[in-house]
Amino acid sequence: MAPKTRRRHASFLGVLGMARLQFRVTRRSLADYLLGAGLAALAGTVLYPLVRYLIPPEVKEVAAGSIVAAKVGELKPNSAKIFLLGGKPAILIHTPQGTYKAFSAVCTHLACIVQYRPDLGHIWSACHDGHFDLNGQVLSGPPPRPLPQYSVTVKAGDIVVTRPA
Amino acid sequence: MSLGAWLEDRLRWRAADQFLRHKTVPVVRHGYVYYFGGVTLFLFLIQVFTGLLLLMYYRPTADAAYESVQFIMARVQFGWLIRSVHSWAANLMVLWVFAHMFGAFFLRAYRRPRELTWVSGALLLFLTLAFGFTGYLLPWNTLAYFATIVGTEIMGDVPLVGKPLLVLLRGGEDVTEATLSRFFGIHVAILPALATLVLGLHLFLVQLHGMSRPQERGPSRALPFVPGFVLRESMVWLLVLAVLAALAVLLPWPVGQKADPLAPAPAGIKPEWYFVFMFQTLKILPARVLWLEGEQAGIVAFMLAALVLLVVPFLERGEQHARAARIARVLGVLAALFIAGMTVYGYLTP
Repeated sequence: MAPKTRRRHASFLGVLGMARLQFRVTRRSLADYLLGAGLAALAGTVLYPLVRYLIPPEVKEVAAGSIVAAKVGELKPNSAKIFLLGGKPAILIHTPQGTYKAFSAVCTHLACIVQYRPDLGHIWSACHDGHFDLNGQVLSGPPPRPLPQYSVTVKAGDIVVTRPA
Repeated sequence: MSLGAWLEDRLRWRAADQFLRHKTVPVVRHGYVYYFGGVTLFLFLIQVFTGLLLLMYYRPTADAAYESVQFIMARVQFGWLIRSVHSWAANLMVLWVFAHMFGAFFLRAYRRPRELTWVSGALLLFLTLAFGFTGYLLPWNTLAYFATIVGTEIMGDVPLVGKPLLVLLRGGEDVTEATLSRFFGIHVAILPALATLVLGLHLFLVQLHGMSRPQERGPSRALPFVPGFVLRESMVWLLVLAVLAALAVLLPWPVGQKADPLAPAPAGIKPEWYFVFMFQTLKILPARVLWLEGEQAGIVAFMLAALVLLVVPFLERGEQHARAARIARVLGVLAALFIAGMTVYGYLTP
């Protein structure tokens, strides 16, 4: 008699009864679940700050896009000078023709710093023999792109190099 | 061949498994001291871990050290947390090393065959203090700068070898950037290497001999290491981690003022709290003790005390164990009282 009653009782509960049957929680599984959840929370609270810590904070780039790279008369014709513009190396060239030109000094191939070759009269990257002309265009070698060119103005004896925004 | 069998063939890990199954920890009165060593180990691991993280941003030069610590505290995400945890855990570790030492001492765990376990432990205590002394200077702030001048000056008073020792430690006559470089190298390379070796020996010996059982009456009960003791110890570690996190969050370690070699020393220069008892003792010694200068006499006394600490297990020999044990206990209590008393005295006087 008793089993029959119980079965009928279960059927009254319907879906709810099924649910209770499926998600039966024992003391042990609850303890395991709590322990697992606790350990996961602990791992999270340790790992989250750790990962955030390892990401380097952004260093503010110098806002100024222009700088006094040299004084008039500092560079002889057919020579050049490397300087920093916004934290990155740039090159100022006094061409044999007497004009000033400025470029990014970071080679577009693998970021070596380029140099001016007075003997060749153009820009050269020593790492993988990349050659650039005095417009920044690639003459030969592996560089995939020309060097970005910066504008040069002479103001009251100062040679000002400006990087376009 | 299963992976387990393949590994067993090469690693013989089942021996370790068998070993752990049979390892037990005595259940005795004052049994909590059995957790102290584990807590010290946990704090050491935290120091290794956070120390490696600090190395990602710290720069050991007079120009950049202070700024790099400020950068860590202010700019690096969670940098304040990592650095504060490192500073707090350092202090807690010193505290626990002392607690562990006194615990082992009063349970007389150093008795045969564990003499070398004690000796390696005493060496680890000295290494811990050296970690504290060298690490303190690294932020290159005013307090640390002058504490290092005073601390190394005191070492210069060691008879015979004092002066060469001072020059060796400072990397010159004065505390300069050369000192910072040396302390940095000692703190992050030499001491960790030594500590790893000695700690390895210490832990190996603890496994080899098992936990010491104090001589006391009553039935000998024991707790299996796995899982009973491991789970309890884990709870203690979690508690320590929680306390550490709370301290680091609520009381972040200050950076102080940048050291200025031309500025006069500010008032109230004190070493780290765990050196205060020695500092205070040297301070109150008269100008001359016997044929030595007061400071020198004090340093000789502390060196002798360190030596006695190192050889504690070998002092207690012979037939009269009970009497030796009583004497050891009285001396231990006196030493603890002296350290505590001098520390309090040091903080009460300017």
